[in-house]
Amino acid sequence: MSGLLQELTEKALAKNVPFSVQLDLTYRCNERCVHCYLDHDDHGEMTTAEIKHLLDEMADAGVFVLTLSGGEIFLRKDFFEILEYARLQRQFCVKLKTNAIMIRESEAARLREIGVESIQISIYSHRPEVHDGITLVPGSLKRSLDAARFLKSQGLRVIFANVLMVQNAQDYPGVRAMADQIGVECTLDPTVTPMMDGDRSVLGLGVGHETLREVFRDQGLVGNVEEFCAIPAPADEDSLAALPCSASHTACYVSPYGDVFPCVQFPLPTGNVRKQKFLDIWRHSKEMNEVRSIRLKDLTTCTSCSHVGSCTRCPGLAFMEGNMRGPSSQDCEKSFARTGVPSANMLAKKRAANLIQIRVVPALANASAALA
Amino acid sequence: MSKLYLMRNPRVAARSLDGEMMIMSGRDSTLFTLNKTATILWQSADGATPLDEIVEKKICGEFEVERSEALADAESLARELAGHEILQISDVPIAQQTSVVGEKR
Repeated sequence: MSGLLQELTEKALAKNVPFSVQLDLTYRCNERCVHCYLDHDDHGEMTTAEIKHLLDEMADAGVFVLTLSGGEIFLRKDFFEILEYARLQRQFCVKLKTNAIMIRESEAARLREIGVESIQISIYSHRPEVHDGITLVPGSLKRSLDAARFLKSQGLRVIFANVLMVQNAQDYPGVRAMADQIGVECTLDPTVTPMMDGDRSVLGLGVGHETLREVFRDQGLVGNVEEFCAIPAPADEDSLAALPCSASHTACYVSPYGDVFPCVQFPLPTGNVRKQKFLDIWRHSKEMNEVRSIRLKDLTTCTSCSHVGSCTRCPGLAFMEGNMRGPSSQDCEKSFARTGVPSANMLAKKRAANLIQIRVVPALANASAALA
Repeated sequence: MSKLYLMRNPRVAARSLDGEMMIMSGRDSTLFTLNKTATILWQSADGATPLDEIVEKKICGEFEVERSEALADAESLARELAGHEILQISDVPIAQQTSVVGEKR
């Protein structure tokens, strides 16, 4: 984050201003990515008028950065009407997240005309059989890459977002090379998110310890490997007083149905903009304020963990594990892979597993058999 | 001295934060913050009100400053903001294209 952006975010935090909001316009999608956490049926999306009204409320509340995402945003027939309103009438800094397969030359030109800060495109592999095997749409890699070139030719900022999974674990250097060749940026995320309904079966698609370990030692990705993988220094009082992340502090998420959550990865309902004003939810929701009250020193297991000051712990993933003040096991795994030091949560689980080992006593085993 | 008219560039991203404007350039996404004087210029830049009138009514009224000095500073600031494509400037009135940021419609 640039110095000025950091300064503005801190000012927004001090003034309780929702600086940044992700608004999903639809959960409908024209791809069927195997790891996706969404239910793609339409359960009653906000209308164009409702979205414009929400944009008015968000602008008046001080929202500056607006990320439009989904589902696939270009499936909404009113997408450009919404985008134009957000940009030219309400002056948001707009970022887009899309698979881009509906973007051709004319759409790219129109995006340039309206002006967006960036367009993030999901790219899983440089190999069509792997990318298309993840999206389950034949030809999708070619279409997404064509779109990236159209956007780039318009001078727009394009970012490839690559989620690391077992299917594409070896392909991220290929995606990065392809990004370099087209002249766009590239990010890599090793986190697979549970379904919004809590189903965790998709987590099996996440990469294991050895792959994570290798990725975290790739100089091209992390820069100074020694520094990145260093054993963390003990946390001091200042770091324990820090905020866990921006969710509820300077950022939040709104679903296509108007539900407001602290973050897209934090499915704790805090209100609905169809029934309440956006700013009232932001300022007065009990749930939003509960999330807002949490500091690192309030975390249950993590406070005693050596990683607490440097961990990427996601409060939303912790919430989905059952406790917003608890650890997020996926981030424990990342801290472990990075440094080789197990987290307090991992050690506690190991101790618990040792304590509750069940040994079958022959006499009781016979009794059990008799009962069966 | 000819009149100078200012108009907000509708292609920027802009929001008021604690009384000061945050502006992101539509050209290259460079982020700016405007101090209180520049914020007054931005908010008054409707394409129809000449700069000397803005200075007279909004700046000299707000700050204890000589009118001529304030006008020279404001013109220099307006030209700098125009250089970053945050404002458009012209010696004739500029047609309004979009609603005003932060104004209730």
